[in-house]
Amino acid sequence: MGENLKAKVAELFNEPGCATNQAKSEAERKKGCARRLTPGAAAGGCAFDGAKIALQPITDAVHLVHGPLACEGNAWDGRNVASSGPKTYRLGMTTDMSELDIVMGHGEKRLWGAIQEALARYRPPAIFVYETCVPAMIGDDIDAVCKHASEKLGTPCIPVHAPGFAGSKNLGNKLAGEALLEHVIGTVEPDRTGPTDIAILGEFNLSGELWQVKPLLEKLGIRVLASITGDARYREVASAHRARVTMVSCSAAFINLARKMQERWGIPYFEGSFYGISDTSEALRTLARMLVERGAPADLGERAEALIEAEEARAWRRIEPYRAALAGKRVLLYTGGVKSWSIVSALQEIGMVVVATSVRKSTEGDKARITDLMEDPQMVGAVPAREMYQRLKRGEADILLSGGKSQFSALKAKVPWLDINQERHQAYAGYDGMANLVAELARSLTNPVWEDVRRPAPWEAAGEKAAEIAPAPLPQSA
Amino acid sequence: MAIVVAPKKDVSINPLKSSAPLGAALAYLGIDGAVPLLHGAQGCASFALTLTVRHFKEDMPLQTTGIGEVETVLGGAENLEEALVNVAARMQPAFIGIASTALMETRGEDFAADLAAILRRRRELDRTAVVMAATPDYAGALEEGWSRAVTAIMESLVVPGERRGRAARQVNVLAGVHQTAADIDALKATIAAFGLVPVVLPDLSGSLDGHVNEAFSPTTSGGTALADIADLGEALATIAIGEHMRPAAEALEGLTGVPSRLFASLTGLEPADALIAHLSKLSGQEAPPEIKRQRSQLLDAMLDCHFFLGGRRIAIAADPDLLTAMAFFLAGLGAKIVTAVTTSSHSPLLASLPCEEVVVGDLMDLEERAGAAGAEMIVTHSHGRQAAERLGVKHLRMGFPIFDRLGVQHRTSLGYAGTRQLLYEVANMFLADIGEARPEDFAAAEVPAVTLQEGRHAGATFAAG
Repeated sequence: MGENLKAKVAELFNEPGCATNQAKSEAERKKGCARRLTPGAAAGGCAFDGAKIALQPITDAVHLVHGPLACEGNAWDGRNVASSGPKTYRLGMTTDMSELDIVMGHGEKRLWGAIQEALARYRPPAIFVYETCVPAMIGDDIDAVCKHASEKLGTPCIPVHAPGFAGSKNLGNKLAGEALLEHVIGTVEPDRTGPTDIAILGEFNLSGELWQVKPLLEKLGIRVLASITGDARYREVASAHRARVTMVSCSAAFINLARKMQERWGIPYFEGSFYGISDTSEALRTLARMLVERGAPADLGERAEALIEAEEARAWRRIEPYRAALAGKRVLLYTGGVKSWSIVSALQEIGMVVVATSVRKSTEGDKARITDLMEDPQMVGAVPAREMYQRLKRGEADILLSGGKSQFSALKAKVPWLDINQERHQAYAGYDGMANLVAELARSLTNPVWEDVRRPAPWEAAGEKAAEIAPAPLPQSA
Repeated sequence: MAIVVAPKKDVSINPLKSSAPLGAALAYLGIDGAVPLLHGAQGCASFALTLTVRHFKEDMPLQTTGIGEVETVLGGAENLEEALVNVAARMQPAFIGIASTALMETRGEDFAADLAAILRRRRELDRTAVVMAATPDYAGALEEGWSRAVTAIMESLVVPGERRGRAARQVNVLAGVHQTAADIDALKATIAAFGLVPVVLPDLSGSLDGHVNEAFSPTTSGGTALADIADLGEALATIAIGEHMRPAAEALEGLTGVPSRLFASLTGLEPADALIAHLSKLSGQEAPPEIKRQRSQLLDAMLDCHFFLGGRRIAIAADPDLLTAMAFFLAGLGAKIVTAVTTSSHSPLLASLPCEEVVVGDLMDLEERAGAAGAEMIVTHSHGRQAAERLGVKHLRMGFPIFDRLGVQHRTSLGYAGTRQLLYEVANMFLADIGEARPEDFAAAEVPAVTLQEGRHAGATFAAG
């Protein structure tokens, strides 16, 4: 790893805006957050994965992966992030380095050629060039190629230094933020600015979630000047420095970026979430307050309160019909990135019992809020697949809410499962999103398939008379 | 006959390839009690895992040696050792299959010597069979990785020497990466119908067929048993499917003297006939009635379906052996293969394909050429969906990965019955929107240029080996 990258990683590990870091002692902080992986017992994506995830939602840019095939070939078009316009971001572009490129040191030449070809073909406003392990190891000078290309071709080529071996997916998110800070944000002046312009960081428009939130903001006259990076256009991201307030929606990914935007351009930020009803309200409230402090019309706060009241009432009206199906049902909540407590409170409000919630990536503050919310808070760290399977098989919960990795622990134990992580195809943000989540929970829990698949096979019902086939129930007449 | 071309360009847009280590991992997953171990950074395994889970809708016991910055500089042997010991302790597999990656191959260590030393030193690995294949991402794709893994398994685990008993009824099958679980099931049933005993390697029909166990299994459950691999030398004969299985077939024949026969494809009437004739010869038995019935059903399907395929313009993008199988099959029903794109030029059969040109390229090559040639259908894996959408053409999903359709491991395209099933699927896609005639289809329509194809493909290529 080059000296630059090393320094950058060390700096990120010392992020003062990071809640985990704040809770550490001076000595612990010095050690950084790099944990050596346990070979043969590791899971999760690499730094390149994290960087790509963080930037790819910039829809009109070309995302070019410099490396051998697997980094892009095994990964592209894998995330369900939506675009309201350009589709360039969905292309899988790679230099697909060959043995010859590596042995002969043709990597830089190949990258230069690839940039030219991509530019000629798609005329994007910018090209993000991702460094991967092999070119990092053999010392391809990606910075030099990008600099040369930007000058020669007149299109910004942004080097993203996050080779997989540098660390985890989360580190990759942060390195992507650094690339934006270094090369993108502040390079374009917006056509117009206003007192209610905001930047949202860490909302990636998975399954269109940004669109569940944006109309709420629009009703208040709040303009998303830059979404970083859900459904983003390059020029918007580049003009984010003119935002009045920054909301960090996924703090794990972009807290460093928010803090540095404050440092550099004086934009105040707050951490908020659009998951859960009360959290959405809180986020709107905070946005309004902070914007007023920075010169937005003074009635914004009142208008926000009126909107919150109306939207909360509407959300509960939508959720209410499901109460009967969900009350008393036991949920095991096993999430990574999503703030657990924010979902816990919503589930409890409709009468569900949260039997355990994971706090793998939660901060101390998150944990305190869970303790406040739950009578008998059972907080779990990482649960291995075998244990998860056994807990569910024993009937410890009626449904598992988790990311895709634990999907089969639930399904193979014949227990309902709902995807609330990043690969999902349902949108759960804002008030509509919570109503949507509740509807999905009901749809899953009330499916007759669970009873059916749990029935013993005919050869397991030994000694009993073969069950007569019950006639199919007739539809109820109205 | 086709010419094979590799357009010179620096950027690959919408890769057709999946990586070689992923292919190796899939092969290892066809062994009972297995854990594949990718020797590289955590992302190498994580991307492969995610894609494989998307395809099979099953959890995968894929592991990584977790190479970080320090190991990239100082070497990965310690991580390899630690990973093997950890996997053995945590998951108690019968088999660990190691696949190297571009990262480790670029570093260039003596993996074989390292592994031998580790196995000598660490007695806790004594009860686990460990195999390693060199599969850098920068050389080849899925077929190469799969093939190298199977060859490595042969070289490490087969008991060498001619051991055939006089009563031997065993027939080895070296399955290609393009066979589904259902394909393998069908092939096993066909072989058994001749009174022969099939042993398939790798056998995804047991491990990745999608099943619910009564208990949790950290490794694969089902697949080729290690004991059966050791005893491959006891067979009467070996059947290998696809050119990419040639190295493995040759390795096995060299080790054991069991004669092998390679089938370039088992999709289509003529290839299926060749298989049945071969099994008849091996067993000394005529085809049993149920096989004869399947053939007659296939004939009927061909007669019913040819209306919908004749003259259709089809573009295919697939790894060489799948491309070969699909191109001959579809051309054999009168379709015109207007575009053929593949991942490597390794297969000697590419030059014999029933099309003008075979492009070694990516899905953008497919999209552009299929568009220019007026293709009505593209045949490729799920990543072709963007191309199909932009071109507004039908998309028959074949290959790996298929992540936007369910039950892919239960589709078959092999033998009489499998060919019949595939044929109905293709014909139904054309039948589905046959539409109503409009005036502009006739008087106002442009007069198309008519070129006649040769009526029959070169069947002799199927009996290679």
